[in-house]
Amino acid sequence: MSAREETAAAKTAPRRRLAPPRSLPVPRLEHLAAALSPIAVLLLWQALVSWGILDHRFFPLPTQVLRALWSLIRSGRLWHETSITLYRVGWGFAIGAAGGIACGLIMGVSRLVRAFLDPIISALYVIPKIAVLPLVMLIVGIGDASKVAIVAIGVFFVVVINTTAAVLAIDPIYIEAGRNFGANRAQMFRHVILPGALPSIFTGLRIAAGIALITVIAAEFVEANRGLGYLIWQSWQTLVVENMYAGLVVIGALGVVFAALIALAARLAMPWQRRGN
Amino acid sequence: MASITARGVGKRFSVRGREVVALHAFDFTAGDGEFVCIVGPSGCGKSTFLRIVAGLTDATEGTIAVDGASGRRPRANLVFQEHAIFPWKTVRENVAFGLRMRGVGRRQREAVADAWLERLGLARFADAYPHQLSGGMKQRVGIARAFANEPEVLLMDEPLGALDAQTRVLLQEEILRLWSEQRTTVVYVTHSIEEAVLLGDRVVLMTASPGTNKETFVIDLPRPRSIELTGTPAFAAWTLRIWEALRDEVLRAAAAERATAR
Repeated sequence: MSAREETAAAKTAPRRRLAPPRSLPVPRLEHLAAALSPIAVLLLWQALVSWGILDHRFFPLPTQVLRALWSLIRSGRLWHETSITLYRVGWGFAIGAAGGIACGLIMGVSRLVRAFLDPIISALYVIPKIAVLPLVMLIVGIGDASKVAIVAIGVFFVVVINTTAAVLAIDPIYIEAGRNFGANRAQMFRHVILPGALPSIFTGLRIAAGIALITVIAAEFVEANRGLGYLIWQSWQTLVVENMYAGLVVIGALGVVFAALIALAARLAMPWQRRGN
Repeated sequence: MASITARGVGKRFSVRGREVVALHAFDFTAGDGEFVCIVGPSGCGKSTFLRIVAGLTDATEGTIAVDGASGRRPRANLVFQEHAIFPWKTVRENVAFGLRMRGVGRRQREAVADAWLERLGLARFADAYPHQLSGGMKQRVGIARAFANEPEVLLMDEPLGALDAQTRVLLQEEILRLWSEQRTTVVYVTHSIEEAVLLGDRVVLMTASPGTNKETFVIDLPRPRSIELTGTPAFAAWTLRIWEALRDEVLRAAAAERATAR
């Protein structure tokens, strides 16, 4: 309804007696359920360990984990490990995403390129990146470069597949409109293809961010002397279990932060999207 | 302005290995500044013909000539049925799109766009995005976008088909008004006989698929036209006469649809 139509409708609607307003807003059942679920899990956890059903050596109390987390923060160790992980995952994500988007756009637009690259991508996509870590280390050397490379590879495959699909999913009527109004190839790309594919590209980036985090942690398990994955692995090896859980909590928090950052970037890049997408 | 001369136009393509004839031996003319409506049953190929005139697809047989005053190929812009305005551009950017593709400078094209938004009652929504608009408003933007590009030929593919009946009447009047000011050559495809008689100088009937010429009617109702015309006996006589001519084709198309569905 247009604004004009809405005010007209309001004027002509018959007056009705409304129920008196409640003094407090009644929270919806779903909001209650969402808030209660992590609390319920933590309470259950706390109970099971206190009663000895779960072995406290491998399943520390949530309170113990929080204490370990706090001491890691205070000693500066958490930042020491997390910062290097962020550096690796950040660069890996940036490189992999940029490459994936560029390649995906070209593949989406060119049937020939798509036909050529599709089988290669499908085949390489399923090879576990951790399995090729030694190979990557041979090429780029040990240390940060190998972690960045492996993250970039993992991100690249997810993003390129997603971006290609995004371009192919653009409603053909927009392509027709673009052509009919005289857009040349470059203009079509800039005004139709790229903005048309953006929403799906961002969905792919959200997935890729998660994969980037998983990959970097796994790489730090296998070969590292620093990083969040290293912290977790080493804590497990030395049976300082609370630290291991603290590390897992931090990874979870990073996952939430990354998703929020990408959602923010999406809102900035796509001002035309409906709120709530 | 431009005239269109199509002789024996045909279009065939293969769908899943089978060959489909969408259009067959179709003749069509539109004089300079004429408003010609094409009416036909579903699937008769009228939209395909429009796309051939627009240059989006090629005819597989026959000839088609779009002749303009200047030497170069005249602009033939489309207004689509489903709002094909870009969701990622503002209303103003959408309307200015054709001009931008032609390299018109920002200030000039925004001025042209704003003038057209004013004419179509959309000035308030110039900076809004399509998702904020109703269906009728989106179609107005589509119409404005086509007009703003100053085409010699305006091709409308059932532009009001997806709208509710009340909005349709409003937009029919707007199209009449805009066209009487611009006198562009218009080819208007519609399902609705009433709409064709109301808007058109001539109504071209197509047969059921494969579409070809059925009959052509010269609508002698006086201009300028308005919605009051639809209440007159002359209008009713025209719509009935055209329906009589079209009815068999509609039944044939419906039977063909049932046959393929089985």
